[in-house]
Amino acid sequence: MAEAAISRSRAHVREERRKRLGPLSILTHLALLIWTVLVAVPIVWTFLASVKSEDEIFGNAWSLPASLRFDNWARAWEQAHIGQYMVNSVIVVAFSTFGTMLFGSMAAYVLARYRFRGNRAIYLLFVSGLAFPVYLALTPLFFVVQNMGTIPLIGQFIGLNTRGGLILVYIAYSLPFTVFFLAAFFRTLPGAVAEAAFVDGASHARVFFQIMLPMAKPGIVSVTIFNVLGQWNQYQLPLVLLTSDREKWVLTQGIADISTAAGYDADWSALFAALSMAILPMLIVYTLFQSQIQKGLTAGALK
Amino acid sequence: MNYGRMRFVTGFLAIPVALYVIYVIAPYAQAFYIAFTDWRGVSASPRFVGTENFRRLAGDGIFWEAVGHNLLLLILMPLLTLVIALFFAFLLNAGGRGGTGGIWGSKFYRVVFFFPQVLAIAVVAVLFQQVFRPDRSGMLNAPLIALGLEPVGFLSDTDIAFWSILGVLVWQAVGFYVVLFSAGIASIPRDMFEAAAIDGAGGAQLFFRITLPLLWDTIQVGWVYLGIAALDVFAVVWVMTAEQGGPDHSTTVMAAEIYRNAFQYFKFGYASAMGVVLFFFTIGFAALALRLSRRERIEF
Repeated sequence: MAEAAISRSRAHVREERRKRLGPLSILTHLALLIWTVLVAVPIVWTFLASVKSEDEIFGNAWSLPASLRFDNWARAWEQAHIGQYMVNSVIVVAFSTFGTMLFGSMAAYVLARYRFRGNRAIYLLFVSGLAFPVYLALTPLFFVVQNMGTIPLIGQFIGLNTRGGLILVYIAYSLPFTVFFLAAFFRTLPGAVAEAAFVDGASHARVFFQIMLPMAKPGIVSVTIFNVLGQWNQYQLPLVLLTSDREKWVLTQGIADISTAAGYDADWSALFAALSMAILPMLIVYTLFQSQIQKGLTAGALK
Repeated sequence: MNYGRMRFVTGFLAIPVALYVIYVIAPYAQAFYIAFTDWRGVSASPRFVGTENFRRLAGDGIFWEAVGHNLLLLILMPLLTLVIALFFAFLLNAGGRGGTGGIWGSKFYRVVFFFPQVLAIAVVAVLFQQVFRPDRSGMLNAPLIALGLEPVGFLSDTDIAFWSILGVLVWQAVGFYVVLFSAGIASIPRDMFEAAAIDGAGGAQLFFRITLPLLWDTIQVGWVYLGIAALDVFAVVWVMTAEQGGPDHSTTVMAAEIYRNAFQYFKFGYASAMGVVLFFFTIGFAALALRLSRRERIEF
């Protein structure tokens, strides 16, 4: 009887509040729409400019293209080497994210679930990397990578201006967050299944790859997304480590270079096409996986 | 068994620790040493000069301008971003039709708001360089010129360029925090809002008395993240502004000066000294932020 009264009064309050928010909700949507416009318009404007002619771009920024000039896109892809840069980015990020996840999850697993002397110290060594500004390390890092290049045999693959060198650096600088996040995740997993497997004679490595890693899948997915985006968007490290060899440049370098190096004779419509090419794949991937991506990127802050 | 266990632990840690020590720990350690040398690159070997670099740094006007810009960003970027994000997160979630779904269309808004976050900051910088162009081809200046007004030198006016940088940084960051705070608000039990509403609380009171205190932990994390990001600003300045930190050093930041001194002037010792200063700013800020914002945690 009393419960019914309470639930009725709750429904009543809810009703009341909705009414009160009625005119407010128009203002609410208006405010939200303003930010939507602020976010969307520069991007849509870039897409439009990418199919305009040079005269249209300079005549009036808000004019619509008279005809859709997709030859801008062709020029950006071929002559501005955006295609090449994009392939480079894909190669680097594919290897570096795979390496980050493999080595990061191995280290995190051992640190989270095995007791041994020095465990805490190694864990803190990794986590302390979260607080260091990368700019402090830039100069010595340049020389470390240069020195790696002088190692006989493998040096030519991991020195300056090599993809291998950049990949190893990406992996190393992604480890602090990856280890921090995954160690916390591995700690929460139940140990019963692993113990049963040990009783059945499975090795430590086998338990990790076949039992614990699959159990940690939600955490692995989040951190993978975090690392793919972080490494794909990286600009500072390639700027230092891939200076002289344009053939190996990644996408962010290529895009930034078109605009900084461009003088008055620059191909502006190709610049807009190049920008659109950098934005469009992100837009598509993001739209497809937006809830996972939002979860993956905010996971670190919610921990 | 025990033997195999130790071998496994060592085997699994060997590569990650080796990579991390070679590429991360060793460079950081070396940076502190290089900061006390006059090293100028490949030709000469580093010569120990004591605190010479730091003394020169103390009188380097450009560097202190950069520090000033970083500190201004450190205050304004988190403040603006968090206030705007909280405002939108509250709008998206309060006034929901019961349940925790948020207002009509809230999912759409969250998807759009978050999008800048997935773009590379270098790409965003090039994009806004075009948006801010000073002539008819600029997205913002074209309408002004059409109305017969003076075009605004978003990137060419020394009084305005810094604010353009701030605007771009906030533009990119807001969506992330809207999503973060929305998740936080959604986890607050609805009974609390309802109980307060029964007692006659209005929208503003709901926000300041319930939403804000219960989100405090999340806001604090956001504050630290954004503060560190503000100290590490580089790509926007380096790619978007004239003279990479200009015009007339009006937008330069510590990271840009470090990069310029190291890789354009090849003053490795001097650049490392700047890096050490940046390091202490970062550590100092993190310690201060955690100290100041420590409050009793509200469990719910």
